[in-house]
Amino acid sequence: MNAPAENRGELFTPFNIITGLILIFGGAIVVLRFAHGLSYATNLTQTTTWGLWTGFKLVFVALAASGYALTTAVYIFGMHEYHPLVRPAVLSGFMGYTLFILILIFDLGRAWRIYYPFLVRPGVTSALFEIALCVALYYTTQFVELTPVGFEWLGWKRWRKAVIGVTVGLTVFGLFLSMLHQSTLGALFLAVPGKLHPLWYSPYIPLHFFISSAVGGISMVILVGLISKRVWGHKMEITRKKLDQLTIGLGKGSAIALAIYFAVKIVDISIANKWHYLGTGWGLWYLVEVLGFVLLPCVLFAHGHREKLPRLIRFTALLTVLGVILNRLNVSVVAYNWKFTIEQRYFPYWMEYVVVVFLITLGVVIFRWVAQRMPVLYDHPDYKGSH
Amino acid sequence: MSPSRRDFIKGVAAGGLAAGVARAGANKRFDGYPGRYGLLHDSTLCVGCRSCEFACNEVNDLPPPTAPIGDQKIFDKPRGPTDKRYTVVNRYREAQGNKPAVYRKHQCMHCNEPCCASVCFVNAFTKTPEGPVLYDPNVCVGCRYCVFACPYYALAYEYDDPATPRVVRCTMCYPLIKKGRNPACADACPTGAVLFGKRKELIKVARERIRKHPERYVDYVFGEHDYAGTSWLTLVGLPLEQVGLPAELPYEPLPNLTTHFLSLAPIVAAIFPGLLAGFYAFSKRREAVSEQKHRTQLDGERARALAELEQKLLEAARLAERDKQRAVARAQRLAPPAEKKEDS
Repeated sequence: MNAPAENRGELFTPFNIITGLILIFGGAIVVLRFAHGLSYATNLTQTTTWGLWTGFKLVFVALAASGYALTTAVYIFGMHEYHPLVRPAVLSGFMGYTLFILILIFDLGRAWRIYYPFLVRPGVTSALFEIALCVALYYTTQFVELTPVGFEWLGWKRWRKAVIGVTVGLTVFGLFLSMLHQSTLGALFLAVPGKLHPLWYSPYIPLHFFISSAVGGISMVILVGLISKRVWGHKMEITRKKLDQLTIGLGKGSAIALAIYFAVKIVDISIANKWHYLGTGWGLWYLVEVLGFVLLPCVLFAHGHREKLPRLIRFTALLTVLGVILNRLNVSVVAYNWKFTIEQRYFPYWMEYVVVVFLITLGVVIFRWVAQRMPVLYDHPDYKGSH
Repeated sequence: MSPSRRDFIKGVAAGGLAAGVARAGANKRFDGYPGRYGLLHDSTLCVGCRSCEFACNEVNDLPPPTAPIGDQKIFDKPRGPTDKRYTVVNRYREAQGNKPAVYRKHQCMHCNEPCCASVCFVNAFTKTPEGPVLYDPNVCVGCRYCVFACPYYALAYEYDDPATPRVVRCTMCYPLIKKGRNPACADACPTGAVLFGKRKELIKVARERIRKHPERYVDYVFGEHDYAGTSWLTLVGLPLEQVGLPAELPYEPLPNLTTHFLSLAPIVAAIFPGLLAGFYAFSKRREAVSEQKHRTQLDGERARALAELEQKLLEAARLAERDKQRAVARAQRLAPPAEKKEDS
């Protein structure tokens, strides 16, 4: 993985062989799922109809917040020093939404009707309708935001200029759409007060989802920056020292966002007086999530920023991303139907895990393909410092 | 413009507005369609014969239940509705001495304010004026949010079908009701544990039974007000939790929990572009101000340097002028006096 540029054209690198096998195997399972129905590839039951795949829909969208987080910081708030990370952040966000749409297609009973909410019969009282509309628009917005990368690669200067000219407009539109659908994904669970454990159910769950998406998005920027530098160090113009400085700055942002998130959690437990649940087994699991993956990273980010420790901040970013994954899976799968006996509970089938691994691999492969060819990690020589 | 496109645009506009308008219009109470039907399930009369299950499967073209009538083993585990059975009878207490066993029939409750209908993003569900909640498989995309959200675990999905999977459940025998007949389970029940009629009348019957036999019933008609009420009304002899029903449900319709939040979307849409443009203008201005400050500083320095230069030039000119004067004076002093005389 260290020298992909030199390996270009060489097909059987260890990376290609491993990812190739995963893609073939996972692709086969996807084909079988469509041939035989959902019951073939999943353990979904009549009482738990949203499983691991739905959990990962939420995860993919939450971690795809890297795009709106960074474009807003750079283009709206004028934090221009983060500009070198904008394109990797938007690309990884775009990949997140791509994976979301793919796993949605695998999970929908009749995916070929995916346009029905828009063109056949809109169900406007549904939170899912708002999500569908916002995701469709935001996916398009992100695509447009990324087109200059392709235009520079292709040398279409006039097209590039036109898109660069509306950067701020795209950013505003993107943040608006993200704010709506990131929070509305949480609103999906407003309808199940009796089924979701009270520690995770909250009338403010949309707010929890939005803040934690910002947290996850910033952490993803830190990780994507690190991995890109590791893998394509020679391509990235930004020096290691400069990247460390940006990482430390992002750590500060994460610490603040996590502090807000933790405060919202405490307020939530307090106003609904849910303290007594903390003494149960579910409470213990909740504390693992909130202390281990919210408060701890918050403290570590703050310490890392204060003492200028980029390595600690990178580790903490990983911890935070895992925390966001844990939260989304807890809300959608683990703490759902919490009153069920172990016999009644849903546990994902192995194929469900394989499909998730398949999709993440696919995301990495596409990111890698684009980053190797197009000016994502560096400024195109013709347009240096011009955007 | 084609009708579908016009509908789409209308739909999108409504998406922003519906929630808000719905709230604004909620000044008046809507108690549901008058004269709608319902079913009263008196679970204290249920003997667990499962005749209703057989009748239900038959009328819905489902294969008959595998366990025959009278098979007690089927009650060892609680069962729920599936795509192969829309109604089930469960046993919640075994017979003890002179206390009979406790059974309860379960199926879609046909809510007055159905959550399945409100969460559906293609409006596949309709609450009919007669009471039943109907489902339209022709628009269903299979997201299963309805199954996920139903508070009574009453909906099932056809996971085995790769091509045309549907959400399935009790239809309250809508086709039979339309023909003026009773739902199949009501006709099949040998003990009168399932009664069909106008919902309003059934509530009176239920109340009357509780009044006459307070020792037999819990003083509660499940479905009268729970989440704004359901078409199915259930009388119980044990506390609700012990017969698998959720207790202490609020009166407020379940869909309201989501509607309140969604009604914020149009407001956000109204505020957001301006707010962010403001932030953008603010950060631009800050940049401009700092640049201006920088430039003013530069300008000041340049002006000072120029002034200094001018001062020096003036000084130099003054010195040159003085030197010139002196030179002239000296020259005059040294000139031969003879020429002076010539002049005068």
